[in-house]
Amino acid sequence: MRFPIGGMFTILGALLTLYGLASDQAIYARSLGINVNLWWGLVLLVFGLVMLGFALRGARRSSSDST
Amino acid sequence: MQHIQLGTIDYTILIIYFVFVLGIGWALRRVIRSSEDFFLSGRSIPAWIAGLAFISANLGAQEVIGMAASGAKYGIMTSHFYWVGAMPAMVFVGLFMMPFYYGSRARSVPEYLKLRFDEKTRGLNAITFAIMTIFSSGISMYALAKLLELVIGWSFHASIILSAVIVLVYIFLGGLTSAIYNEVLQFFLIVLGFLPLVLLGLKDVGGWSGLTARLATVATNAGFAPGAWSHSWRYMDAPSHNPMGIEWFGLVMGLGFALSFGYWCTDFLVVQRAMAAGSMTAARRTPLIAAIPKMFMPLLVILPGMLAIGLHASRGGFLPIGSDGQPNYNLAIPMMLAHYMPSGVLGLGLTALMASFMSGMAGNVTAFNTVWTYDIYQSYIRPGRSDGHYLRVGHAATVFGIVASVLAAYGATRFNNILDMLQLVFSFVNGPLFATFLLGMFWRRTTGHGAFYGLLTGTVTAALHYGLTLPRGAVPGIKGGFLGAVLHTYPSEMALNFWTALFAWTGCFVATLVISLVTTRNKTDEELVGLVYSLTPRLKEDYLPWYKRPVILAVLVLVGSTILNVVFW
Repeated sequence: MRFPIGGMFTILGALLTLYGLASDQAIYARSLGINVNLWWGLVLLVFGLVMLGFALRGARRSSSDST
Repeated sequence: MQHIQLGTIDYTILIIYFVFVLGIGWALRRVIRSSEDFFLSGRSIPAWIAGLAFISANLGAQEVIGMAASGAKYGIMTSHFYWVGAMPAMVFVGLFMMPFYYGSRARSVPEYLKLRFDEKTRGLNAITFAIMTIFSSGISMYALAKLLELVIGWSFHASIILSAVIVLVYIFLGGLTSAIYNEVLQFFLIVLGFLPLVLLGLKDVGGWSGLTARLATVATNAGFAPGAWSHSWRYMDAPSHNPMGIEWFGLVMGLGFALSFGYWCTDFLVVQRAMAAGSMTAARRTPLIAAIPKMFMPLLVILPGMLAIGLHASRGGFLPIGSDGQPNYNLAIPMMLAHYMPSGVLGLGLTALMASFMSGMAGNVTAFNTVWTYDIYQSYIRPGRSDGHYLRVGHAATVFGIVASVLAAYGATRFNNILDMLQLVFSFVNGPLFATFLLGMFWRRTTGHGAFYGLLTGTVTAALHYGLTLPRGAVPGIKGGFLGAVLHTYPSEMALNFWTALFAWTGCFVATLVISLVTTRNKTDEELVGLVYSLTPRLKEDYLPWYKRPVILAVLVLVGSTILNVVFW
């Protein structure tokens, strides 16, 4: 279960971060001048990677249990 | 009204989400071999997944939009739905009721009623529940499609068809497991999609103190004390002192007890998630694990409404004015999205709204197909067929359930009043249920006749109470008072609903008690083992580590919600 969650948020996070870097800064007037895509993209990216990390650890543990 | 403009990035995010939900359904198609796999996930779901699905199935679009609307309309008092309503009820179902639901091996809530009472009680519950899930799924579909049409300019038909097809595909392929896994994904998406909105809104108004100052304007404009929107208990001494129009007794008994226990403890939509858990302790932990994030949901769903009304009062024109001259509270979350979110996180927020909608709909559909197949089809139409036959019926019921919800959604565009009326009738049917369960699970003397006629009495009591009272300022009709005479006027609709639930509960409780005493028992003590508290061996949980023991989790949840009540007193 942690694989799809981690996968989806890693992709969404990376996408938002890149968009935050590439987009015209003028659009951030409405979000109080904060580049919310960049910052929230990084939050999602970290969350996604942590989930993927748990997923990999879980997968490794269950495969070592079965051998 | 100006539509929100979406960019390529926003659509890309939405499409990535669709790919993942469909992908989960596709990946799970191989695990479905028997009807038990399809309807109950083969009883193998880990507790934390079942727990997150438990709240997610309840966190439909109606909940998200409705709670934000109430946050704007009533302020922090809306949190009573969580810290007084949901928390104790979720603790109760986990600690005291799950042992019978899970332990009896019943496959649904109506099936428990058959095992405990008799066929007619099950039939009544199964049929009303099946009809009700279809209509509530249809009505929430209608509400969301209308909203998307208004705010983004998406076609009403396209929103309905697209979301219906996606939910259909992933449930058809992977059954309840697929619905549950997607609900977990949707839960994280809802949290991470709405959180930036709340943070930006809070920063803009100057934190909690800035928000309180703005809400003081809202409260004094409405003729209340300045703190009426930012204190959950302080103005509950009399109905006229707070915007909800209710005093502490009606709230605690009506909402905290009758309504909330009725919903969280007997509604198969949520209970099904716990029944799918892998073991008895996992099933008992499911609502308790769910209660922990649920405790903090007001931050995500009520606060945006409070922020929106605060900004509306101090800057003006934040919420569009509806035809009745009041701000359109239902638009609180979409207007906040439009105001603060640039392209990118805007797409994320809208995807979160879609996710909440889909999780609510999938919850209804999976509960419907199970009750239809096991409690109606297998019991009354075609008993004794092979398991493969019932699995096929389950697939067909999924398609039927979704098509019927779509039809109900279109019905809502034409016959709005009839649907409102149906919802009202359902609230009369559901109101008394918890009394039946309480007596059934804790008093072995309760009989089948007592349960059945008690339920009917409760329903009639609710209808009578509703028909003879009226909220202030309303005309007799759908809002109450339809029986001609108006014996009492409540200060608000909310107060009328809370008291109707309490009357329904009391009517059912008293009637079930009395009828059970004058009728003979239809189940012996041996038949009731595992179904009634006093006849079921106590569970031993000493072997579990402390953080897995239901009792310890329950204490944590209750202490947590008490602290939150005191902080926002």
